[in-house]
Amino acid sequence: MSTTKKLGLREKYRLMTRGLGWETTYQPMDKVFPYQSFEGIKIHDWDKWEDPFRLTMDAYWKYQAEKDRKLYAILDAFNQHNGHLNISDARYVNSIKLFLQGITLSEYNAHRGFVHLGRQFRGVGPRVASQMQALDEIRHAQTQIHALSHYNKYFSGFHGFQGMYDRLWYLSVPKSYFEDALTAGPFEFLTAISFSFEYVLTNLIFMPFMSGAAYNGDMATVTFGFSAQSDEARHMTMGLEVIKFMAEQDPDNIPIIQRWMDKWFWRGYRMLVLVAMMMDYMLPKKVMSWSEAWEMYFEQAGGALFEDLARYGFRMPKYADVSVKEKDRYSHEAWAALYHYGAAAGLHTWIPTSEEMEWMAEKYPNSFEQFYKPRLDYWDEQQKAGKRMYCASLPQLCQVCQIPAWFTEPDDPTQLCHRETEYKGETYHFCSDGCCDIFKGEPEKYIQARLPTHQIYQGNCGGASIEEVLKWSGIEVGHDNLDYLGSDDQKNWERWKHQTAVEKKIA
Amino acid sequence: MRLLYIALQENEEALPIIDSIIEDNPSATVRRYPGMVRIEADGRITVKRATVEGRLMRDWDPQELHLHLISIAGNVHETDDEFTLHWGTAEEMEK
Repeated sequence: MSTTKKLGLREKYRLMTRGLGWETTYQPMDKVFPYQSFEGIKIHDWDKWEDPFRLTMDAYWKYQAEKDRKLYAILDAFNQHNGHLNISDARYVNSIKLFLQGITLSEYNAHRGFVHLGRQFRGVGPRVASQMQALDEIRHAQTQIHALSHYNKYFSGFHGFQGMYDRLWYLSVPKSYFEDALTAGPFEFLTAISFSFEYVLTNLIFMPFMSGAAYNGDMATVTFGFSAQSDEARHMTMGLEVIKFMAEQDPDNIPIIQRWMDKWFWRGYRMLVLVAMMMDYMLPKKVMSWSEAWEMYFEQAGGALFEDLARYGFRMPKYADVSVKEKDRYSHEAWAALYHYGAAAGLHTWIPTSEEMEWMAEKYPNSFEQFYKPRLDYWDEQQKAGKRMYCASLPQLCQVCQIPAWFTEPDDPTQLCHRETEYKGETYHFCSDGCCDIFKGEPEKYIQARLPTHQIYQGNCGGASIEEVLKWSGIEVGHDNLDYLGSDDQKNWERWKHQTAVEKKIA
Repeated sequence: MRLLYIALQENEEALPIIDSIIEDNPSATVRRYPGMVRIEADGRITVKRATVEGRLMRDWDPQELHLHLISIAGNVHETDDEFTLHWGTAEEMEK
């Protein structure tokens, strides 16, 4: 072929997607793509699917290779220059422990989901887009593991993330979220992951948190974070495209998709409580509060999005108003609980410093000093008196999101929120109306949920004592868990910083 | 206000792109955060190949945006010459 003129974007996209598909003849198409219809979504013309980026495989390889080259150059520099010594404070490291324990293998689960879709979608456009996303997701998992392996040489909590993801009780929150999506049909998976998670919520993980990593001197994390996020922009576009595509194919699809949007907004929002806690409590130098981030990325950006989707007949997800009511308490309630379960965690917890509490008072003028500061002050006094509080019992988990039922009533932040329902003679418990509704929509799915605390009480998790359960979960007791004060991380950090100070003096 | 935004990494290669976006979208608001720049506008944001090429002094494919992109809000419309974010349908945008 001796073409001299470069193909235009549209033409190239057409050739590199539609040109690669065919109608099967040995077997009927419905048998080749068996997952297409059981969810009730009607597709009449797959060719209407258009990737707005029109990214083709050749361009994909080119840009991804460039991204990885940049990323690994920086990771090498970070490692060679002992970059971990330049972070703001060793407490910061706990936020990336939580990231590695909870998010990295969730990326791997997303990879599994997109590999499945890359085979199972009947349309070539979404199949190609799913294949690219499958590669992105495994790249994210791998680059995160590579980047954070440097920290594993110096800090606790990084060594057993695979085992922890499967076994450590609170990590069932992200794990069950992704497994819920993986066990749904292909269209629901896309609505869950590409739209609700990537488009509506993922900004809250990567933008404020990675900007926070930059601010806290963690060059490795900010680099893998932004490198991953450059893929997310494409994933978000796919998420929006899939919603518009399904809506335009058949009006019967609209109520099904709206139900998924409601479900997956709430599932995702609950999972992000881990991020709320990271932003407000675990970053020693803070970029913005959870409340500000929620306003910027959900209330404003999500508001504009749903205003645009209204032309199809979609509305804001159910209980979006509850998320707004909870924004001034979300991180505070979560950190209080993690602090109390600090003996059973794969990371350290602590009472914020007085400067940090001033920042919280400024960012949360209507809640922090009224409700949360007095508790933190009391626990601080107790700790100083040698009575650091560690819960020895297990919490009541929500049957759907698997978070302990620690949240409060939407209209009263002083009352615990608890919902329950009966199904086939058994009582099930929930943290919120949002989770209770999700259960009622698909009870046969959620009665099968594996709740870690129930499993522990049933004797399936290594033994009857907390220590045995922690060992079974991959935690080195006394090293990975307990308060930051007195931890190996704290002792090492002070030793290294002291050493640096002495070396500077000599020089 | 129908908020749209594009967020890019703040690095040497992205700075000329960021400056081009600011030039081509004079009503946009620029917010700077550690490591990133977020450009917000009401209704539409356009990244023009010609403007970026003028600043970079080399050929530039709008798909190279992928290297520096952090996030976007809005519907994407991409051609060989422009990358546009907008709300509403593609037909409304082309008006």
